[in-house]
Amino acid sequence: MLALSLSYWQVTTIKTLVVLSIVPAGAIILGYVFLLKMMAHMQSRLGPMEPGGFHGWFQLIGDGIKFIQKEDIIPAEADRRVFALAPLVILISTFLIYVVVPSGPRLVVQDLDVGIFFALAVSSLSVVGVLMAGWSSANKYSLLGALRAAGQLIAYELPLVLAVVGVVIQAGTMSLQGIVHAQADQAIFGVHLVGNPFVITQVLGFILFLAAAQAELSQTPFDMPVAESELVAGFMTEYSGFRFLFFFISEFGTAFALAGLAATLYLGGWYQPWFRHGLMADLLGPLVLGVKVMFVAFLIFWIRFTFPRFREDQLQTFAWKYLIPLSLLNIVLTGILKVAF
Amino acid sequence: MPQLPGRGLIKGLGVTFKTMTQPAVTVQYPKEKEEPPTRARGVIALKEENCTACMLCGRECPDWCIYIEGHKEKRPPRREGGKPRTVNILDRFDIDYALCMYCGICVEVCPFDALFWTPEYEYSEARIADLLHDKDKLGEWMATVPEPEALEAGAEKKK
Repeated sequence: MLALSLSYWQVTTIKTLVVLSIVPAGAIILGYVFLLKMMAHMQSRLGPMEPGGFHGWFQLIGDGIKFIQKEDIIPAEADRRVFALAPLVILISTFLIYVVVPSGPRLVVQDLDVGIFFALAVSSLSVVGVLMAGWSSANKYSLLGALRAAGQLIAYELPLVLAVVGVVIQAGTMSLQGIVHAQADQAIFGVHLVGNPFVITQVLGFILFLAAAQAELSQTPFDMPVAESELVAGFMTEYSGFRFLFFFISEFGTAFALAGLAATLYLGGWYQPWFRHGLMADLLGPLVLGVKVMFVAFLIFWIRFTFPRFREDQLQTFAWKYLIPLSLLNIVLTGILKVAF
Repeated sequence: MPQLPGRGLIKGLGVTFKTMTQPAVTVQYPKEKEEPPTRARGVIALKEENCTACMLCGRECPDWCIYIEGHKEKRPPRREGGKPRTVNILDRFDIDYALCMYCGICVEVCPFDALFWTPEYEYSEARIADLLHDKDKLGEWMATVPEPEALEAGAEKKK
């Protein structure tokens, strides 16, 4: 209704603005709720309490303003153009994931037929930015961090993709909108209740996806690339000011996006059983999806704040010897069950 | 019974979750303050009338942060026909808290109970020289010295 009265360029502009505002907003929400407040309470302290008056809600926005004011420092030996571009490459890969995640029957930037494939493909673009950042910094810590990050992102890309294959087999489509509808319609082993959030039939896949997403985000059990005790800040070591801010936004923006993907793939996405079409579904969709995103993000950050970091070899072993065989097993089992039911 | 692999990981998640649901142990310092324990070593108070300027504390101080000056005065004898008494008068007693390492040896060594620990800790200064507390300032801290804890039941009374 509403969308029809607008011309193509107007719709495109609105969509672009929405994505441009959701990424920093999501990053700030996750950063504030989990990084600042939840971590603080898990460590039996209060976290920021003063900025903004109420429980320090303004802290991260203030930090952002501070970063923007800072001088843009590029090391003398750095490859200037590559150094300057690297944060943008990473940020763009974050923005592109948001294109396909639906938050309502019509609230999706572009419902691609190969939606999940697209999302995983662009999310792995960030490894290019990480390598660019590490190589161009002319710093041994940056380079080591970037190489570790590249090795880790490639290793964990596999279980991530393979875990999603299970969902795709079960849903019969790669479109994220299609996957949401499939979860709404399908039955759990022949039992019709409220549809089939794939977390029930794909519980192994969900765990694999979360573990791989944790590693893709370089969150703590898998934060070897930015291990501050040995690599200062990994590939981000030489960055400051708004370029560092870009890294921060893309880290938490990607966490928000991957939590959104997990919520869409496994928890039913925006779907709620009362409204399937129309305005109410579009209004409730973002809320429902938001709650699920926060739940998945809670799991991710809960694990982050609890466990110590893997050693580099343990990290690779975990991916190649455990996660990948398990995800292959998951595909086989899903295939068998798909044929059986 | 064989233990499940990953049992410790679950337990760890439980610990962090439980901590999250409990109130924080930290306080918002300038707005609310923790009560330090009565024997906390905050600052040293001087009871001037007990001090005889014997200089034991100054000599024992590892940091040499206590400055004492005194002079002797003659006082009339206690009994008729006796020799006049000599008393030590304290002119200066300063503790430089910029040097003090809060070892408490001066308090231990004082033979006349002139030095006391008090739990007060809010005496930071913008200038380092202001951390030198003179004997008036040290005397003011006496008001904050906590009462000694009650003796245990059945303990020998002090004579």
